[in-house]
Amino acid sequence: MDDFLAARLQMAFSLGFHIVFACIGMVMPFFMSLAHFYWLKTKNVVYRDVTKAWSKGVAIFFATGAVSGTVLSFELGLLWPRFMEHAGPIFGMPFSLEGTAFFIEAIALGFYLYGWNRINPWFHWATGVVVGISGLLSGILVVAANAWMNSPAGFDYIDGQYLNVDPIKAMFNDAWFSQALHMTVAAFVSTGFAVAGVHALMILRGRNVAFHSKAFKIAAVFGTIAACLQPISGDISAKDVAKRQPAKLAAMEAHFHTERNAPLIIGGIPDTAGKKVDYAVKIPGLLSFMATGDFNGEVKGLDSVPREDQPPIAVTHYAFQIMVGLGMAMVGLAIVYFIALWKKKKWLSSNWLLKLFVMATPMGFIALEAGWTVTEVGRQPWIIHGIMRTADAVTPMPGIAYSFYLFTAVYISLAVIVSLLLYRQITMVGKLYDSSTEVPKN
Amino acid sequence: MIYVVIIFLWTAILLYILLGGADFGAGIIELFTSKGNKDRTRKTMYEAIGPIWEANHMWLIIAIVILFVGFPKIYTTVSVYLHIPLVCMLLGIIARGTAFVFRNYDAVEDDMQKLYTPIFVYSSLITPFFLGIIAASAVSGRIDLLANDFLSAYVFSWLNWFSIAVGIFTVSICGFLATIFIIGQTDNESDRKYFTGKARRTIFIVMGCGALVFLAAYLEQIPLFNWIFGDTPGLIAIIAASISLVLMFFILERNKPIMLRLLAGFQVSMILFAATYSHFPDIVMLKNGTNLSLLIHQGQAKTIDSLAYALLIGSIFILPALFYLIYVFTKRKEVPSDH
Repeated sequence: MDDFLAARLQMAFSLGFHIVFACIGMVMPFFMSLAHFYWLKTKNVVYRDVTKAWSKGVAIFFATGAVSGTVLSFELGLLWPRFMEHAGPIFGMPFSLEGTAFFIEAIALGFYLYGWNRINPWFHWATGVVVGISGLLSGILVVAANAWMNSPAGFDYIDGQYLNVDPIKAMFNDAWFSQALHMTVAAFVSTGFAVAGVHALMILRGRNVAFHSKAFKIAAVFGTIAACLQPISGDISAKDVAKRQPAKLAAMEAHFHTERNAPLIIGGIPDTAGKKVDYAVKIPGLLSFMATGDFNGEVKGLDSVPREDQPPIAVTHYAFQIMVGLGMAMVGLAIVYFIALWKKKKWLSSNWLLKLFVMATPMGFIALEAGWTVTEVGRQPWIIHGIMRTADAVTPMPGIAYSFYLFTAVYISLAVIVSLLLYRQITMVGKLYDSSTEVPKN
Repeated sequence: MIYVVIIFLWTAILLYILLGGADFGAGIIELFTSKGNKDRTRKTMYEAIGPIWEANHMWLIIAIVILFVGFPKIYTTVSVYLHIPLVCMLLGIIARGTAFVFRNYDAVEDDMQKLYTPIFVYSSLITPFFLGIIAASAVSGRIDLLANDFLSAYVFSWLNWFSIAVGIFTVSICGFLATIFIIGQTDNESDRKYFTGKARRTIFIVMGCGALVFLAAYLEQIPLFNWIFGDTPGLIAIIAASISLVLMFFILERNKPIMLRLLAGFQVSMILFAATYSHFPDIVMLKNGTNLSLLIHQGQAKTIDSLAYALLIGSIFILPALFYLIYVFTKRKEVPSDH
């Protein structure tokens, strides 16, 4: 395997792995704190049991997210030293702040996990909230750094030199808000649907129903509300990308020719040689409207950038379609759930609704990975948009393929063990957490 | 402002060695504990490090972020030429961090523990070993920017007796810190006696490994002797470290855990001080005789200023919270009511 490709794949794998754990690690604490709040308010032990069970999940995900994050902070240099040599001082501000947020998260988690019966109950609860808030802040800061790669700011690039560096301007680059918003909401959608799906499955199996129903409701409400907000943030992102990175938007849409009244292309197989998309559904004018707010607005096509500056079209297009498709499916399910909550209470206890949630379990995370693929692959061939090419940033060390195989093996084993641990946590709920079951709690 | 950043970098490295080191040491001494005593060692250790262990490892992230933001040339040079030991250390960090959680959060206690425990103890050993190798390689002048074959560029940059000896020394320091820490974590007289005996043995091991470092430096023709004894502050630091070691020997018998911990912390910080002072501000020595300096290879002024402010503001949040966490969980007081 070519070293450059291996480096890209290793980075993609590491990020793709980390992003799942990071998202769960930043969203689950909110579910956990809400359940904890109900416990403190109502003294209903089911909420305490749910809180304790979730806190174990948070511990597992946080630890895995923390080590995979540590690895990433080294991999930036191990794989992309020429990028870091110039980018580090410019986009480092959010990372230095993120260090603090992450540290606070670790401290608060220490209090939270070991604080039962040892510290004041409300202080204990508050440390759980701090875990969530600092986790969220870390996520936003890291995404702000990624946004800088899409929308470089805070320096002047003159004759290959990076001058007049301003780290604050770099942090508040044009893309940080839309990207951070989209990512944060995505974290809530994917975690909400994944957690709700697991509890829905346990309800369907008739295990510890009171416990799982309470857990399901908290996760489902967070997930479905977030799912309905996501199209709004997606719209903000699309308009933003259209302005800043027309080539990325064009690749997402497989939009080959610059035109007014551009159609929205749904599905289809992009034919790069023939510069057309086969078998696609086209809605006239809609892309123009979505990108510019005007049905007759001009949308730049792939022909507006030279071939060597175009991102890979097929991967970006398919990933985008997957993200939007799954996103819409989750919005649909969310609407059904809201109708059930307000109008049709009896739907809530029906199996078909729970089955739909079980089917939706992985949807959020698949959409999340697809969205991440869109933003990363869609930025290619650049590592710093318009300034530095990814190929120019890679380490001179040969043999990166072996490092890629090694890390892939490690991440796959970790994923297997974490899945086993979660499976055991979930199947052992009756014994370990649910104090209403007959088996005595240890 | 550059000095603020440098002080934070040094302190983050020191705290990682002290706190993260004691953490790694927990796994190391579990490895070197006889079967009959494994359980009590493991249990006391878990109670002691459980709540704090995640935070202990954050110091490494702080140090690495300071390096890549403030001193990118140093970060990238080390990343390229010490790629292999860095990857080994990272694998250790992954294995150690996850195995710790897996073995304590697996809902079913069964044969899987036989998988987690060796991963935990061996990764606790290899992580500080490679950390020591990396630190030693940075100063041993073997990084060759002009090398044109794989072995001399990416392997002999770190593979030499001096680096290996420092790796072993780092491991021994971690074990030493953990044994000193654990003494204060037990109320039980027989356990205390057992751990005190262990601490005495690790002190000898640390001294032995220290001698090994000097021997290896002599073999590799690294002027370690001059670095450490060549100037007054370094010499004073080493004398202070030796005195604190002797003091610890006397205090070991008396039940004074806090005093012991302070002396151990003081001793390790003096060793780090002596090891870094004589090169300062250089932290990476290259084969061609030039060095990478914290003062010359720093980022632009605005970067350094904002980094310094970020660290200062961060420490206002982190330090009190961290002290409170350590305070709450080391006083070991149970509130009986269930909330």
